[in-house]
Amino acid sequence: MSQVLVALVPGVVVHVAFFGPGLLVQIFLACGFALGLEALMLRLRRQPLRPFLTDYSAVVTAVLFALCIPPLAPWWVSAVAMLFAIVIAKHLYGGLGHNIFNPAMVGYVVVLISFPVDMTQWLLPRQLADWTPGLLPSLGAILTGSLELPASLGGMDAVTGATALDRLKNGLDAGQTVAAIRDAEVFGTAGAAGWAWVALAYGAGGLYLLWRRIISWHVPAATLGTVIALTLPLWLLDPASHASPLQHLAAGGLVLAAFFIATDPVSGCTSNRGRLLFGLGVAVITLVIRRWGGYPDGIAFAVLLMNTAAPLIDRVTRPRVYGR
Amino acid sequence: MLTPLLLFTGLALALGVGLGWAAKRFRVESDPVVDQIDALLPQTQCGQCNYPGCRPYAEAIAADEADINQCPPGGEAGVRALADLLGREPKPLNPENGEDTGPTVVRIDESRCIGCTLCIQACPVDAILGAPKLMHTVIEASCTGCDLCIPPCPVDCIDIVPPTPRFDDWRPGIPLRVVAS
Amino acid sequence: MSERNPAGEIRLHRFHGGLRLRHNKQVACRYPLERLPVPEQLIVPLLQHRGAPARCVVEPGQSVLRGQLLGDLPDAAGRGARVHAPTSGTVRAIETRAMAHLTGQAGPCVIIEADGEDRCAPAEGIADALNAAPAILRERLRETGVVGLGGAVFPTYNKVQGTVRDGVQGDGSIHTLILNGAECEPYIACDEMLMREQADRVLMGAELLRRAVGAQRVLIAIEDPMNRVEGALRDAAVPPGAVPAEIVLVPAIYPEGGERQLVQTLTGREVPEGGTPRDLGLLVQNVATAAAARDAILDGQPLIERIVTVTGNGVRDPRTVIARIGTPVARLIEAAGGYTDDVARLVVGGPMMGYALGNDGEPVVKATNCLLALSTDDVRPTQPEMPCIRCGDCATACPAQLLPQSLLFHARARQWDETEALGVNACIECGCCDFVCPSHIPLASWFRYAKGEVQARHRERAVAEAARERFEAREARLARAKAEKAERLARRKQKLKDDADRKQQIAAALARARNKAGSAGTDG
Repeated sequence: MSQVLVALVPGVVVHVAFFGPGLLVQIFLACGFALGLEALMLRLRRQPLRPFLTDYSAVVTAVLFALCIPPLAPWWVSAVAMLFAIVIAKHLYGGLGHNIFNPAMVGYVVVLISFPVDMTQWLLPRQLADWTPGLLPSLGAILTGSLELPASLGGMDAVTGATALDRLKNGLDAGQTVAAIRDAEVFGTAGAAGWAWVALAYGAGGLYLLWRRIISWHVPAATLGTVIALTLPLWLLDPASHASPLQHLAAGGLVLAAFFIATDPVSGCTSNRGRLLFGLGVAVITLVIRRWGGYPDGIAFAVLLMNTAAPLIDRVTRPRVYGR
Repeated sequence: MLTPLLLFTGLALALGVGLGWAAKRFRVESDPVVDQIDALLPQTQCGQCNYPGCRPYAEAIAADEADINQCPPGGEAGVRALADLLGREPKPLNPENGEDTGPTVVRIDESRCIGCTLCIQACPVDAILGAPKLMHTVIEASCTGCDLCIPPCPVDCIDIVPPTPRFDDWRPGIPLRVVAS
Repeated sequence: MSERNPAGEIRLHRFHGGLRLRHNKQVACRYPLERLPVPEQLIVPLLQHRGAPARCVVEPGQSVLRGQLLGDLPDAAGRGARVHAPTSGTVRAIETRAMAHLTGQAGPCVIIEADGEDRCAPAEGIADALNAAPAILRERLRETGVVGLGGAVFPTYNKVQGTVRDGVQGDGSIHTLILNGAECEPYIACDEMLMREQADRVLMGAELLRRAVGAQRVLIAIEDPMNRVEGALRDAAVPPGAVPAEIVLVPAIYPEGGERQLVQTLTGREVPEGGTPRDLGLLVQNVATAAAARDAILDGQPLIERIVTVTGNGVRDPRTVIARIGTPVARLIEAAGGYTDDVARLVVGGPMMGYALGNDGEPVVKATNCLLALSTDDVRPTQPEMPCIRCGDCATACPAQLLPQSLLFHARARQWDETEALGVNACIECGCCDFVCPSHIPLASWFRYAKGEVQARHRERAVAEAARERFEAREARLARAKAEKAERLARRKQKLKDDADRKQQIAAALARARNKAGSAGTDG
């Protein structure tokens, strides 16, 4: 699992470069909560602490969760999410190896549904914002819940704003064409200013995992391949009402999910054919939610829904035993 | 008031007919339950269940006259298998029927045997060989350990012994778990 | 049968999974093969093959000659293998001792005090063996106790039984003989040394086995790093009139030497579940078995010695030696320079499938292909076992195409029906899953356990079934006896009644006659 953390480093660095050091504070907060709760639960379940804390599974859960939330979300968001992720989704189901759902996504979905306002306060990337909070203002915002703006700024609008996926969804729902929506600065050239670079960095980390054979190629290939295969024809046929594949990949958490979240072995499928189906399902559900659902991005829901389907997929894709 | 009543009556009738037809049309052919129960019993024919053999006990279970915990040779595992088959809760063996002693066989002390053939008549699986006034012996491979031959023996020359170990009886054990510190 | 590329070479197929392991074989190939001296005392277990132990035919105090029969076939069905005296001497005792068996069980062993003269019992080879009838050749394999020397020690005679009768191929006919020289486990080099130094023996054995089973072709499979072996086999003398054996280099992927994996590599077909290669018309024999078959047929020599690799970082001077069956393992270690100071564990077999030996006083048996002494550095501290995270690496590595992660869950829950449905009996216990498991779960041990339980359950069911049949037969017999008795009784009753009726009728007739006579008299 430590290799997964190594692979996340480029993504974190790029994220911090564009959105300020708030993410680092969130990572430390989430890790602290996760490790504390993990230790508590291990103690309660009379399990040895050291091997389970040093396998980094709780840390990976915490970091993946922190990457999903707005950098300045208040501290108790992490606390609630880790409570659900570690205590309920993981240990109440039997601990490491027995959880049905991806703990990071359970934590994220719980806070996404419970605190929608806090979860949509995204910072603007550095090149679009008048000011990006440094370490101390970020820390203050996370701990107190309110951001101290420099006097020169007009208001919060200069710092935070809707993400590309938000705009796209609202615009399409309002009947605008993609070209008109994409005039907004937040889209940048690739489809999401700043985020495109973060996605690229995640992709680099994912390739590292593939190279080290920590993950197999099946889930990421199926997820990303399905997204492209489904969005490319629609976009070619009717570019006015459908976003481009690049737009879909650059904005939101698809790349992160494809390499780091949907590849979680415990809650995913174990056979290679099953993994292909799993990735396909994640991609389809994500796109459906992005297009018709109530949320701008559907990755977390897609992963959780496919988690429930994993045992069935495993049963169907059981390989033929030698000689049978 | 009448319309919904009629509607639901009609619906109930239609569904009932449909279900009845489906039950006939798609009936799953399976072993009669007695055979399935009999297949799970250890076939020692020992009668400890108070029935004269395994098949009668299976019939009694199927007819709901006997409980599933009356077979000591089957042990807890046997009770569990029966509970699984019949969809009941497993329960501990009834101590009135005896205890699970593990596999045993009987052996005739040939120096004491007088050749009375009483044990031969008692053996439910014909595992004792002998003739009047000639020494008897137990065919160990066929002995089920039911001990029914012991009461009739007039000279008490039959002993309960553990079966002779065979080389291929050896089974690998459960792997040790290296516990993390 | 097997496809070929334009150059005429056999097209090879890839079996599922497997591992590329470091070979570590050359260390045991530095010296030529040497024959160890016969020790003063030999321990000859009566079970050295798959099956039931041989029936002892000697008594304590009896003197025996080399090659004399010690244990005969255990049953009339002819299953099992004979055991012979490895040297001449006196039978000191027949006692239960540890018998260098995987299960660690003790069993009956014949202890022989060698007289140092090594006198041979009269033995005669089959004259003109290359033209002898197949049945005669096969019978000789049974007489001489030849078993598969690759590790499974399945009696060779049982494997070739009934292949051809009077030169006519039967239903279990074999068209291709495959000699397995793909010694895939690291460290083991006994087959490699055999083929390098005694390739003539192997080729002659191959030809004799081919004739014994009526096969048309012979393939010798060796691993592709074995260059010198290939040269030796190509330079060796081909027996007169023999079908030349085709030498096939197979990739060195563990467990390439597994019978089923080798068949898949060479033919692309899979041995059916629960079947044998014979179902595909193939016979797979180890190269050392072929050499032993040659000695048995041409010289009449029973299987009393074998080649053993003594290797590992725990011995000073690794080498491969020829040892008599029954030689204590300690003698072989001595021959390899003795233990090093940091020796930690003695393993019989290779690092993947071998088992630890408790005591080096145990003897070399027909199955002993390698003694691997591991140093403290080799023996990693056993890592703590973590929960399975279903990563699927084991399924990727499994050559039997199983899902070890699912099997483990069912085995732990003792759900034997499910483990059987998932194919636990197809597990060849190669240990690939153990090797790749990131959670250090002893998967192969679990499957060995599950297989034992599944088989035990089958045996129990078979015993119960037999008891039920006997019970029902007895009930039927008793019922029949009762019915017969009742019938007899009824018949006798009827007869009595009939007799009484008849008497009555006679009496009545008499009375009538008398009456008639009386009335006639009065009339007349």
